[in-house]
Amino acid sequence: MAKLESTFKNMVLSLVIICMVAAGALAGVYLLTLESINAQKIAKQEAAQKAVLNGHEDGTAIETEVDGFGGKFRVMVGLDAEGNVLGYEILEHQETPGLGSHMVHWFKNADKPGQNIIGRKAGNFTVSKDGGDVDAITAATITSRAFLKAVNQAYAEHQGTEANTGASQLQPNQEVESNEQIVNDQMDK
Amino acid sequence: MGNALKTFTNGLLKENPTFVLVLGMCPTLATTTSAINGMSMGLATMFVLVCSNVVISLLKNLIPDKVRIPAFIVVIATFVTMVQLVMQAYLPGIYDVLGLFIPLIVVNCIVLGRAEAFAAKNSVGLSALDGLGMGLGFTCALTILGAIRELLGTGTCFGLSIFPDNYGALIFVLAPGAFIALAYLMVIINKLQNK
Repeated sequence: MAKLESTFKNMVLSLVIICMVAAGALAGVYLLTLESINAQKIAKQEAAQKAVLNGHEDGTAIETEVDGFGGKFRVMVGLDAEGNVLGYEILEHQETPGLGSHMVHWFKNADKPGQNIIGRKAGNFTVSKDGGDVDAITAATITSRAFLKAVNQAYAEHQGTEANTGASQLQPNQEVESNEQIVNDQMDK
Repeated sequence: MGNALKTFTNGLLKENPTFVLVLGMCPTLATTTSAINGMSMGLATMFVLVCSNVVISLLKNLIPDKVRIPAFIVVIATFVTMVQLVMQAYLPGIYDVLGLFIPLIVVNCIVLGRAEAFAAKNSVGLSALDGLGMGLGFTCALTILGAIRELLGTGTCFGLSIFPDNYGALIFVLAPGAFIALAYLMVIINKLQNK
């Protein structure tokens, strides 16, 4: 078969048909994977909630988002009624691999009390470089500051909901929603 | 048959996309912080390359010359989005790491380059082989580069600890290390090929 001439009609027709087929194929794949993708997201969220509460049923899991070194990252923090940190998980981040990415485990190293925040009262965490008492990740002070800010933010919100509703039990959707509001507020500023 | 073999090995050695053609440097440098990341990126690119080569070869007579580039890009972008969705659904661990870079496959010069230089002129079978060879060459290059950077930067290889915990020349995990490691690899490959 000879190649189609580059006439206006041929060009428009071939592009329209290619785009339509492509769109149809993508819609199909999207529908096929949609359920699984949503299930993954929920599973991740639930696993993180479980992990940060560390077996404490009366704790609250709070999700916060802050600006890190490589963009925004999301942290889920587990707090007990007094505001002590039960655990944390990083849900999403783009920090430098090998430096900032160490935050995933750095702040819960039970062997190094200087950098461990588990079991300590949240609200005023500051890196030692800024006069605080938490050791920052080596060569990743900006990430460390952002991480501690996220934990403090979670604490502030925790205290807020306590005062407002007296409820300390986790209600995932509400938590996430209120969080997005905080983030949006910040972006407005 | 000899022709087919030549097409296949072309991408692996003589025209290795990374070491010889030096195409697609953005994903090469950005994703090779570890061996597994490099390999996943290579495999994702290979899949897109084979699919787009086959489809473009099939459509080569139906696409008028003047609109071939937009048509190729639509085909490539469709396959890339499919890879992204499938990865997100079934390989969440790898998607967490690579998710950001998957859309970049669309603008990877290798994919469009092979569509234009090979698939638009050759038969479906040869185009598939070309995609496979080029994709494998790219995957090997990225895996080697990733393994070297991971080993020098963090002391592990494919996640296995090889050197003690505190070992690691961080520069190799960061961007400058990517350039340094790639340059040395290219020197070695060129030396070997010139013999």
